[in-house]
Amino acid sequence: MKKVIVGNHAVSWGVQLARTEVISAYPITPQTQVVEQLSEMCASGELNARFIKVESEHSAMAACMGASAAGARAFTATSSQGLALMHELLHWAAGARHPIVMADINRSLGPGWNIWTEQTDSLAQRDTGWVQLYCETNQEVLDTTIMSFRLAEQVNLPVMLVLDAFYLSHTAEPVDIPDRELVDAFLPKRQARLKLDTAEPHSFNALVPPASYMEMRHALQEAMREARTAFDEVEEEWEQRFGRRYGAVEAYHTDDADLVLVTSGTVTSTARHVIDQRRAAGERVGLVKIKMFRPFPTETLRAALAGIARVAVLDRNLSPGRGGIFAEELRAALYDVPAEDRPQVYGYVLGLGGRDIRPDTIDTVIERTRAAAAPDREDLWVGLLGDDGAPATTGRAQTSADSLPGVEA
Amino acid sequence: MSQIMIKDALQQRELMTSGHLACPGCGGALAMRMVLKELGERTIVTMPACCWSVIAGPYPTASVQVPVYHTAFETGAAVASGIRAALDMRGDTDTTVMVWAGDGGTFDIGLQALSGAAERNENILYVCYDNEAYMNTGIQRSSATPWGAWTTTTPVAQPQANPKKDIMAIMAAHRIPYAATATPAYPTDLVAKVRRAKSVRGTRFLHILAPCPPGWKYADERSMELARLAVRARIFPMLEVEDGQHWRFTMDHPGDPVEPYVRAQGRFRHLDDAQIALVQERVDARWTELLGRVMN
Ligand code: SF4
Repeated sequence: MKKVIVGNHAVSWGVQLARTEVISAYPITPQTQVVEQLSEMCASGELNARFIKVESEHSAMAACMGASAAGARAFTATSSQGLALMHELLHWAAGARHPIVMADINRSLGPGWNIWTEQTDSLAQRDTGWVQLYCETNQEVLDTTIMSFRLAEQVNLPVMLVLDAFYLSHTAEPVDIPDRELVDAFLPKRQARLKLDTAEPHSFNALVPPASYMEMRHALQEAMREARTAFDEVEEEWEQRFGRRYGAVEAYHTDDADLVLVTSGTVTSTARHVIDQRRAAGERVGLVKIKMFRPFPTETLRAALAGIARVAVLDRNLSPGRGGIFAEELRAALYDVPAEDRPQVYGYVLGLGGRDIRPDTIDTVIERTRAAAAPDREDLWVGLLGDDGAPATTGRAQTSADSLPGVEA
Repeated sequence: MSQIMIKDALQQRELMTSGHLACPGCGGALAMRMVLKELGERTIVTMPACCWSVIAGPYPTASVQVPVYHTAFETGAAVASGIRAALDMRGDTDTTVMVWAGDGGTFDIGLQALSGAAERNENILYVCYDNEAYMNTGIQRSSATPWGAWTTTTPVAQPQANPKKDIMAIMAAHRIPYAATATPAYPTDLVAKVRRAKSVRGTRFLHILAPCPPGWKYADERSMELARLAVRARIFPMLEVEDGQHWRFTMDHPGDPVEPYVRAQGRFRHLDDAQIALVQERVDARWTELLGRVMN
């Protein structure tokens, strides 16, 4: 069945089709439509679930932990400040190996108040032990929601699926909604290996001395490793049943490319458009989309990018004092590529706080990358405005590379 | 006579084992033993950070024989809500889901989640065993610490300056179906309240006074004696509150002077006669206030 739905409702449909048993959430823009529709679905009986309307995101995650520990399939959704508030419990959920699924609708962190898209909220959770999957379209959102439960329950790790505020959350696109029976066959009822059960009492998360803590962390790391291959298997089966697949990493026109853009989320669609135009004009440019951020698909990215001269990473996020987070991770991943094949990585910071990334923004990135044999610093900013509010004509914001400090034209 | 009554009142079953890690004379350990005796095997416990995070034993051991979910400090009531939801989805509405939290996890950091759960009237039993400070981290003051007490963060030169937070009034204001105070020094009263709490649907709250020898600074063997003194002196009255509106006493409170209770504890050693008189005044004033609630 095809429906024209916004990204937030694609999440709700996925949660409904997954026969989620416990939902717990707290409102925050731009996530609210997810839980509004889930409330409707629970109220109408379309979804047989308990919806716990908690007093904070912190309690939303805590309730999911309790539900998951008792064997239920649990879901929550949030954004920005809400995700930051959950931070402590993201560690707890992963350490306790709860297969909770959460949708994070990427939104900037305050201050000042900004409800528009930026990836820093989710990327700042990278060390919590959650699988992270970024989405480009509403179809991908729905498919990823259902696949996330399957993956989470297979490896006993929580999964965060991530979508851009407004560009996906509030934008309607045609989405194929799979048949319930087919989803049931793909995702049977959860069978928890261990759960809170009075017939077989266990103690969860007790005091752990140094003699055992490290092994538990190692097991978590191994589960992440397993998640990397498990994701491919889950996608393989999804493709067999539903005919769609996205890949942990997608390479687009990279074979003969001398310059490749690296993107995640909806920026990818804009970048595809630019690549198509430039390809039509005979330019050897390509694109790599990163869907999976944790576990980081290091090998896959090495294989996709080795031998390409210049790689321009588009980071709609910022680690202050460092730069774009995807660029940082990618540089580390490519370090082991032999020098002759190792790409030059240009890390662009752009689109923060929901600022538009338009085709001409991406043109600027490509031109700057072509113009400089090497970047002069880790963070290259695009789209900054000067004091007068007009595009800046000096410093980092310049569109012409030949006057960039330290960059040879 | 009274010993026979206690023996008859308490269930024979033991769901708490020896080898637990509580200090000798721990009121919190005894409280758990009695509460579990009454609740029985069909109980799931979640514990936020507190002394019981240690008493329950390190991985892979456990000193209670019911499922336990140890959780972060401020999350007891929210985790319990999630467990309840999962059990309900399985069709299990009978198993008791109990939060077992200290005063820090209840009065302070866990109050928001507790208020949320109480407002939703979650079908859970929330037990606060109150040792009147952060004992597990080494005796720091909480909002349950009584006025005048020494702790490591309220030194003698600047002792606890605020009165103990009135948690029962806060819970009553949520209009939950059942709330009660108790102490293991009165086992028959305690188990009667647990039995009552077990039979009620919705959010139930038990506030248990749990004397703590190292934190209050007295000899291990005096815990039950001190708890009784606290009740008799109206410092910790034995109450039941139904639907937040109907308050009643569950035993007589003769109104013994507070002085022997205060003098018995090192945490109050620095108080002079005038200050002890002030403690008495405050206890008397709260008692009058409480009488107003019980009469209504
Ligand atoms: S410090 Fe006090 S409450 Fe904690 S275990 Fe010891 S006696 Fe019990």
